[in-house]
This record gives sequence, C-alpha cells and structure tokens, in this order.
Amino acid sequence: MASQTEAQINISKQAIIWLLLSLSITFTLYAFNLENWVPACFVVFAIWRYLIEKNNWAYPKLWLRFPLTIAGGIAVLVTYGSLFGRDASVGLLAVMISMKLLETRTKRDFVVMVVLSYFLTVNILLFTQAIWVFLAVLLALIGLTACLISVSHQTKQTTISPQIWKVQAKLAGKLLLQATPIMLVLFVLFPRIPGPIWGIPQDAYSGMTGLSDSMEPGNISQLSLSSKIAFRVEFKSAIPANNQLYWRGPVLWHQEGRRWQMTSDNIPLPTETIETSGEATDYTITLEPHNRNWLLMLDLPDIASSTLPAEAHIKHDMQVLSKEPIRTRIRYQGHSYLHYTLGAKLSEHERTLALQLLEDENPKTRQLAATWVSENKSPTAIVEAALRMFREQTFVYTLAPPRLGKEPVDDFLFNTKRGFCEHYASSFVYLMRAAGVPARIVTGYQGGEINPNGNYLIVRQSDAHAWAEVWIQDQGWVRVDPTSAVSPDRIEFGIGTALPDSNLLPLLSRQDYPVLKNLYMNWDAVNNGWNQWVLGYDQDKQLALLKKLINKDIAWEDIGLILVTTMIALMLFVSYLLLRNNGGVVLNPTNKIYQQFLKKLSKAGVTKLRHEGAIDFGNRAAKALPNQAIEILEISALYSSMQYAKHQASSNITNAPNQQTLSLLKQLVKNLKIK
Amino acid sequence: MAESLNLSSESSLKPDFKLSSPKTWFRTAIAIDSTTTLSRRHIYILPTRFGWMYGLLLIGLLTGSINYSISLGFAITFLLTGLGLISMLHTWRNLAHLKIEAKRANPVFAGQQAVFELAVIDDSNRARFSIFAKFADEEADIQDVPALDESIFRLSLRSQKRGWLKAPRITFSTEFPVSLFHVWAYAETANQCLIYPNPSLRSQILPSADADGATGQLSTTQGDDDFAGHRNYQFGDSPKRVDWKASSREQGLLVKQFQGEASSTLWLDFNATTGNNIELRISQLTRWVVDADAQHLRYGLRLPQLSIQPSIGDVHYHQCLTALALM
Repeated sequence: MASQTEAQINISKQAIIWLLLSLSITFTLYAFNLENWVPACFVVFAIWRYLIEKNNWAYPKLWLRFPLTIAGGIAVLVTYGSLFGRDASVGLLAVMISMKLLETRTKRDFVVMVVLSYFLTVNILLFTQAIWVFLAVLLALIGLTACLISVSHQTKQTTISPQIWKVQAKLAGKLLLQATPIMLVLFVLFPRIPGPIWGIPQDAYSGMTGLSDSMEPGNISQLSLSSKIAFRVEFKSAIPANNQLYWRGPVLWHQEGRRWQMTSDNIPLPTETIETSGEATDYTITLEPHNRNWLLMLDLPDIASSTLPAEAHIKHDMQVLSKEPIRTRIRYQGHSYLHYTLGAKLSEHERTLALQLLEDENPKTRQLAATWVSENKSPTAIVEAALRMFREQTFVYTLAPPRLGKEPVDDFLFNTKRGFCEHYASSFVYLMRAAGVPARIVTGYQGGEINPNGNYLIVRQSDAHAWAEVWIQDQGWVRVDPTSAVSPDRIEFGIGTALPDSNLLPLLSRQDYPVLKNLYMNWDAVNNGWNQWVLGYDQDKQLALLKKLINKDIAWEDIGLILVTTMIALMLFVSYLLLRNNGGVVLNPTNKIYQQFLKKLSKAGVTKLRHEGAIDFGNRAAKALPNQAIEILEISALYSSMQYAKHQASSNITNAPNQQTLSLLKQLVKNLKIK
Repeated sequence: MAESLNLSSESSLKPDFKLSSPKTWFRTAIAIDSTTTLSRRHIYILPTRFGWMYGLLLIGLLTGSINYSISLGFAITFLLTGLGLISMLHTWRNLAHLKIEAKRANPVFAGQQAVFELAVIDDSNRARFSIFAKFADEEADIQDVPALDESIFRLSLRSQKRGWLKAPRITFSTEFPVSLFHVWAYAETANQCLIYPNPSLRSQILPSADADGATGQLSTTQGDDDFAGHRNYQFGDSPKRVDWKASSREQGLLVKQFQGEASSTLWLDFNATTGNNIELRISQLTRWVVDADAQHLRYGLRLPQLSIQPSIGDVHYHQCLTALALM
C-alpha cells in the first residue's frame, strides 16, 4: 500500500531512544563474541545520534557518511580477512547498522532499522544459546517492538501523555505475550528438517572444546582447565562407582615423537571380539557439541543394544563415531558392560601396530624395558613393574608439569617426574611397547560429578583423561590406568580431590565452596532441562513427543497436517478473543446495574444519548414515563452520586462504592416495573 | 429558498459512476442518520511494504535456523511470526467498529478550502491510535481516539462551484501498532458544505443608494468620505479599500472603514448586472453583497425568484450569500 504521508509527521523522540536502548542490549551480547572495536563503533555512533536528537544537531552529510561506510567495510575485511563467513558477515551487519543510525530519521528509515536490528539480535544465537542470552534477546525484541510502535504512532495531536513510555512498552510486551501461543504451537509442530541446507562457513564452530584426534603432552591438561560441560548422563539404575566411570573416546595407536594419533581408516582391521559378564548399565548421554565425531560412551559400549544417532558406527577398537561432526547438542542412549573381555585374539597386523615405536628415541626408557625383558618377566609382571615404579618413585600428579626436553619419555621418567595423565599414559604405553607388550592409549573422560538436584552426572572438560590398554594373552585388552598408581584419589574421587594445587582448576571443580556449588547444581539442573527441551528439540524429539501425545505412530508428513489444523484453530480462537466487538469492555458493578436500568428504559422507548448526563437523561425519561417518574429520578440521582463519589474517592482511600448503596441501587432497578 | 434548494441539488448530485475505476469495487460504509459505522464488512487489510520486508526477515531467520540447526532460532523466528499475525489483528481492530458522525462545515466562497468536520467515535471501550482520514487526493488528518470518546477530524477540500458541496468518499486507514499492515475502509458521510459564489474580482462599483431602490446609478464618491477606522481584511474586500500604508505598519491587511454608510439603503438587483453569463452576474452580485456588508450599508437583494428585504448584520449577510449560492 502507498505510504501514508511520511514527511509531514515528525517521528517522536521515543523512537530513537527505544532503538538505541535495544541495540545496546544486542551489542552488549556481541561484546563477548565479536572483536572489541565493533561494539565500540556502535557506542560512538549511538552517542553521536543521541546528541543529534538532544541538541538538534545537523545530520552528517553524505560526504562524511560515505567514507565512513567504506572505512567500516575495510575494517571488517582487515579484521576477519573476508566479508563472508559467520563472524565477518555478522560483524559487517553490526557495523553497518551502527553507521546507519546517523541517517535514521524518517518512518521508513526507522522501520528498516528495526527489521535489520531484529535480524542482528537473533543472529547472536549463532554464537551462544544460554538461558540468560535468550532472556536478553527477548528484552531487546520488546524494545525494538516498542520502537516500531512509537514510529507507527503518528498523530497531529500535540499533547503527548507523559505515560507514553509505559504505554508503548506495555503494548510491545502485550503483543509479544499474545504471540507466545503461536510460537509454542509452531515450535512444537513445525516440521524440523535436519540441516544444513547449504554449506556452513568454516568458522561457524570455532570455540567448541573437546578431545582431539591426537595427543601431545599438555593437550589434556590444557583441556582440564576448562569447566565447560562435555556431556551429562542420566542412569537408568544406580550410578556406578567413580572408578568405574571411564568414558571411552579416541583410541590412539600411532606414535610419532611426542604425538600420538588414531589409526588411519584405510587400515582394515577386524573388529575386536567382546565377551561380557555381569549386568549391563543403561544410560542416556546429552553430548555438548564439540565439532568432532566422537560419541563418548561408558567403557565398554555394546552398540547393538544402544540407540545412537543415525549412521553412527563403531571402530574396530570400540570407539564410537558419528557420521558428521557433533555441532549441536545430541542425546543418545547407551548400553555398556563394566565387566568384559575385549579382543581375545590379536592379529599379526594389530600386534605390529600395537608395538610400533619410532626408532632411536628415548634410549634410557628402551634400556629399562630391555632389562625387564631380559629378566624373562611375563607381560603381567612387566605391567606390574612399571606401575610399581610410578607408585614407589617420587612421581607427582600435577596440572603444571615442566616442559620436557628432546627425549620426552626419558626426560619425564628419569628427570622431571612431574606430569598429568597424558604424561603417565604415553610414557607407560611407550615402556610397554619397548618391552614387547602390545599397548595403546585411550583418551576420554574419567568420573563426573553427581547433581543431586537432577540425579544425573555432569562430566566436564576438566574430567578429560588418558589411560592405557595392554593386550595380554587370554585376557585380551586390559585397561591399565597409570595415573591411579600415582594418584589413586584422581580415579576414586575425581580431579578436585586429587590435585593439591587446585587453584589452577576451574572454580566449580574445586572442593572449597559448598554453597556456591549447591547453587550451581540447581542452576545446572535448570540448564539441563533447557538443553533437553528447548535447545535439543529436533526431529527425533518432535516425533517422540507427538507419539506420546497422540499415542500413535506418526509419519513425518502428518506433522504438517497437525500443524495446519492446530494453527487454524488457534488463530480462530485468538481472533475471536481480540476482535469481538465488546472485547475489553469491563464494567464495574455500579455500571452493570445502571446498564440494566438503561435496558429497561430502552425497551420502553427511551434511549439514553451519548454524552447525555445521568441526571439529564433521568429528567427526560421521567417526563416520558410519568408513572415511573419517581423511581427513575431516584435511580438517576443515586447512580450519579455514586459516580461522583467514585471520582472523589480517587483522592481518598475508599475506591469501591459502599456495599449498602450498591445493593440499594440494585434493589431499586430490580423493582422498576414499566407498563 | 426551498425551490432553489432543489435547483442546486441537480448540479451537485450528478451520478458519478466510474465502473472502470477499481476503487468503486470496494464497499463503502454509507451514512444513515448522519452516523456511519465502519463495520466488519467495510474493512480491508493488506501488508505494507514493511510487512513484506518483515516477511523476508522471517524467511531469512527460518532458513538460518534450519541450516544451522538452532532450536532457539526456531523459537524466536516463531515468536516474531506470532508478532506479525497478532499485529494483523491489532491493526484491524484499531479501525473496526469506529462510528463516524458528520459535523458542521462552515460555508466558504467558491475556490476556498471547504473544511468538513467529522466526529470519530469509539464505543467499544478501546483507545484507537493514529487514525488517518482523508479525501482521495487531499492531505490526511491524523488523530487518536480515546476509549469511549470522540475526536474531531477536519478534512479540507478545495471548493469549485457555488451550491452544496457534498463530502466525497472518505478513506479511513491505520497502520498502528507496528506498521506491518495497512487497514482501510471507505465511508460516505452526510456532510455537506455550502459554497458561496466567488465574488467577482473586476468589480463594478456599488450601485448608489436610493430610496425606492432604483438601480443603475453609479457614483464614484459614494460612501468613501467619512473615514472611521480600520478593520481586518476579509476575503472579498475590494483591494481599493485596503489601507496599504497602515497595513505595512501592522500585522495583516487592514481595510478602511467609513462612517455613515449604514444609514443609506441599497438595493442589489440581479437585473442591474449586465452580461449573458449568469454565473458572472451572480459573481458580481456577490461582490456587491460583500462590499456593502464591509461598508456597513443597509442593503437588500433582488433575485429573479426571490427578494430579501434590506437589512444589515451577519445573519442578513449570510442569508443573502446563501440565496446567491443556491440560485
């Protein structure tokens, strides 16, 4: 439709204030995620625009705006190296919005700005989706809607109510509140197509933390400094003891100097055989996105009985992988056995891989291994000897080990003797291989923290761990955790108790603040629900929920039909509530009775005119109906005095009319008989 | 008077059907008893260009949410979708069920802006905001209407010819609260404005006063001798009477006033005007009425079917002009 006389009506002052307020919220959120100069740029232009409004300054001319815009574009290009990609394009939008503030004055400018700002504000969800971010986004949306309202509120009346702020904010809140049922229906029922539809910029998942596909000394201790949650686990039955909680991640076979790596997928190895004993443990894992393929599972997983995401598979060494990197929070059900025999037979190829070492390194370690071999020790005895060495010598478990020299294993075992789990696991496996015992490193997480408020287990990045598996005739691959020889507490009670120099650890992994910890546990329980039901709501959850609601299997296509019917029903209902003609008329008890009186008189042919006072109308009606004149005059006088009293009362305390007077009026109207 | 009323309605109530114009396809709320209601049937709604832009925003957010699998993105996209749908209802109900009551329109001379007053009334106990009202190509008046109250809209329209000017179809519209939808309705009110004839500019000089009202005698000095003071310029005053010197000192134009003018009686006769064109002759008579009133002369008006006895004062003045307008 044609625009409505844009130029002639000034945009009210509220509009720019609402816009600046809500953009301030948005840019505060971005301050955590974009280069600092981008929010700083907003602050400068926002203040400039505010001063233009306040002091009636001139708007900057094109000769100033144009170079500024070019400079902004170049600044983004220099900072991010491109104008595309997640960070760069959001940065560019943010900078352009900041600058456009300087030419925002007509209704059209404002509406375009608000639409762009809606877009920018929602884009923060690409970076973070925490509850408080969601609340802040909602607040910004209310502000932007209020801006739209104040822009749309054009009038030639010059008197502006001082309440206008409140009215606009209230209306914005009301609109969004009324939109909520529609949101809920669409959220639950709109068919969730699993993305992506097109390629996603490479930088979209930077900043996700988790285990890597290789390990070097320092990797895991670095990860341990993060209190970020790796995953949460709900157990169907009792939670196993802490020392049983080994969460299996990447299995590393290949040694190359300090670095240990996974086997290549090109090497065809037979899947290791499993014999299980004892009861299985069932649990559900909610895995945080970490941009890798690992699906962590309790050692040892039985994937035949687990419900994993589509196209997940298990490698020959019992490592479970998804097809695509985990970029959204996912949930899967695991089925694991704590007691098992893995890989009873070892093929020649596997043996070669499990004994692989680079030549001519770490002579002292090789020497030690050679002594054990020359003593004719059995593999079990060699394992024992190594563990005894860790236990009896002055090895220290620490998050801050010294740097290792050129021969890292030698340096660690015979010189520094201070290390974190990756030092112990890698040197142990090195020692085993040197002594001819097939061995490999397993990385993953160990332990976790029970949240009593939700009865589930929280596993953090700080629980990251590395241990070893050695292959022994008739026993298969046996888990050996050399760290437990050095620091039994780490395995029994978790990392918080094991490290004396705990101030390096994240606050929440420490033992010092029980109140804080309890608060945190409550908060995490809320977060867990948020993750499960809001952030984790996907196609599978959608189908499962509908199945539960309707008690019938539902095809993907049926959701569309359900959605359309529900939406039509909802819209009809909402339209009825909002559009019925008497909507919103709330009569007070006095008025209600008076309306009955009017109805009665109207039936007798005397209708009250608009703007006719109660007394005037009473006089007219009394003349028209002389038989009821006294009653009519009495009612009119009483009603009028009650209305008057009500207006008086606004300055006093008694707001409601006297109960006695009210019942008197009621009685009088009831007794009024016309004819 | 009654006869001349009929005469005039012929000219102003010519049927104005334009079947080719799509605008006539829309329903129009027609006044009954001076009040008309913009009921459900009269209200139309379409998205504004901002509405389409908002739609693009929603599509963008939805594809983004699908592409990046952001569940919370879906939630906010749907919240904004809901906002759009709800705003549609709010915009609609901001205009619906308003009552329009025709108020007065003061007479003006042909060629001047006729101002029609309308009371826009809410009786649904709902405050209305930013209601636009306008004639097809004229400027809009924009007002808020408080709940259970009324606001007076003033719509102006340039008048063309003398007689009754019926208010054309009025377009009421609103985009409140969020400018995403344009809601409009057409209404025809019972408003009409009396348009006086345009006073002739190239005036013949006022006929001289005469006891029996003989006309045709022209006098150059009539009534111009006893200067009595100034009054403000009124439309129709002869430029000769403007005191330019005094006007340059004061704000606005001042017209010289003369004493003793009212004492003489003057008959303004249709037959005293010359020419074949009736409109020009009426225009000339109008000029005389205006001038005579300005000079406080006592004057009467003689038309072919009607004559008004000499008198002075505002009531008489308007009576004469009305007679001329409807002749």
